[in-house]
Amino acid sequence: MSASAHIDVKKTADLARLRLTPEEEAAYSGQLDRVLHYISQLDEVDTSNVEPAAHPHEVFDVTRPDEPREGFGVEAVLSNAPRRSGDQFMVPKVVE
Amino acid sequence: MSDALHTLTIAELRTRLLRKEISPVDIIRSVDAAVTAKDSAIGAWLHRDTEAALAAAENCDVSAPLGGIPIAVKDVLNVAGQPATCASRILSGYISPYDATCIARLKAAGAIPFGKLNMDEFAMGSSTENSALQVTRNPWDTTRVPGGSSGGSAAAVASETAIAALGSDTGGSIRQPAGFCGIVGLKPGYGRVSRYGLIAYASSLDQVGPLTKSVEDAALVLQAIAGYDPQDSTSMNEPVPDYSAALRQGAKGLRIGLPKEYFIDGIDADVRAAVEQAVQELARQGAEVKEISLPHTKYAIAAYYIIATAEASANLARFDAVRYGHRCESPVDLRDMYDRSRAEGFGPEVKRRIILGTYVLSSGYYDAYYLKAQKVRRLIAGDFHAAFKEVDLIASPVCPTPAFRIGENASDPLKMYLADIFTIAANLAGICGISVPCGFSTPGPEASALPIGLQLMGRPLGEADLLRAAAAYEGATDWHLRKPAL
Repeated sequence: MSASAHIDVKKTADLARLRLTPEEEAAYSGQLDRVLHYISQLDEVDTSNVEPAAHPHEVFDVTRPDEPREGFGVEAVLSNAPRRSGDQFMVPKVVE
Repeated sequence: MSDALHTLTIAELRTRLLRKEISPVDIIRSVDAAVTAKDSAIGAWLHRDTEAALAAAENCDVSAPLGGIPIAVKDVLNVAGQPATCASRILSGYISPYDATCIARLKAAGAIPFGKLNMDEFAMGSSTENSALQVTRNPWDTTRVPGGSSGGSAAAVASETAIAALGSDTGGSIRQPAGFCGIVGLKPGYGRVSRYGLIAYASSLDQVGPLTKSVEDAALVLQAIAGYDPQDSTSMNEPVPDYSAALRQGAKGLRIGLPKEYFIDGIDADVRAAVEQAVQELARQGAEVKEISLPHTKYAIAAYYIIATAEASANLARFDAVRYGHRCESPVDLRDMYDRSRAEGFGPEVKRRIILGTYVLSSGYYDAYYLKAQKVRRLIAGDFHAAFKEVDLIASPVCPTPAFRIGENASDPLKMYLADIFTIAANLAGICGISVPCGFSTPGPEASALPIGLQLMGRPLGEADLLRAAAAYEGATDWHLRKPAL
């Protein structure tokens, strides 16, 4: 990280599956570069002997017995589908 | 007097219900009428299903702990059969197929979830100005923000259109709006309340908690929603204490720390004076007050905006226009559907945070940003763990200033982020915190008297200590009894 860091907003938005207008790209670019500049103060902190913390408490894999149980049911699961066909979600054609 | 029931607390309503002076239906009708009469000036409510609430009131068990009490819900939680928009266009039309665990527990305790409340879109913001749906105004001065992201919850309780509300707190989103609106807001410790059915923003930080008119009410709601849930693997399988018992224990003997890094230049003079007087009151009651140090405080906001946006970018990837949510018109292929549906559905602050989060996780930047922030997070948490060896609670302002004007910070995201300086570290450390009314700003020619909040922070699952001290303070003051003129 450095104080002069710059986000390639167009490329990053593409990774995030967001199609931005040129106006959005310009606005976010300036705003996010200022945020990056602020964030770069973390460089001051010596973390050479510090383990990263992903959670407030140490959370390890949590499992439950692999037993069948009631789900929501097909109708509830499909109830918010933007498009459905029978008991399936319908999406644009994926394979030629 | 059923016409004034909306002005009462949960505890007061429960007394009257048990004496059979009123019925749950009377309460729903009173709240419903208050929303109709008052909310057009405030804009806290997004949705209410009065018929469903009346039907629930007809059938509820008044003998249960929260029997007959309507509780309004931030629109980030799933309530079966009701919308859950997260104040975003991308969830327009979505109807929840299930209850969040905290909602199911409220229902099991006899409460009636009634109404969905405005918020910053996907809980990203500190003013509720990022709602894609409507503006919410501060009941004490309608030219000012109610705070955020649970601004609808705070404004509804403060304007007495809700008896109590649920909110969520990722970096201060319960405590800060409670402070701005002059009510009580409690963020439980991480793992205390299940997040199953909470639409996720930043999963290592999010917690659900109550916004209420009194400390006692906060204890009653927390009692109902707290506890282990196998549906949330981060919920802690630890016993839940009797929170109402903590209310009567008094402040004597509690050790309260004042972090020197929190009482800095730049705090509004009225805020500083009110918080210092509140701490003096606790000392007068026998609390032991000492200065402490949280040396990594200044890095909390930077670490937060890396961690929270990284987690948000992953969580919000689920909005793919396949199973639920907005889908664009006539997509030519799958990729076009993702790109345009998300661009149309998300608002500007959500897009900014998704982009920042995607960037800090992307190849070549992960170590410099995300990993670095996680290391700093451990240092910040370590500050608190060390402090809690010396003290039981930490006191500070909730926010450096009272509520700011609508539009004042809207054009500068970084300036808005910096307003979260006193609340954000608690989420990084997983500790609990409460906001309690502790005074008002000095009114001037261009400013109304605005509420000021005292923040108390406690050990990770130390909510009982928070409630104990907050109740002791509240019992000696009447700030929480003042109501805005509407």
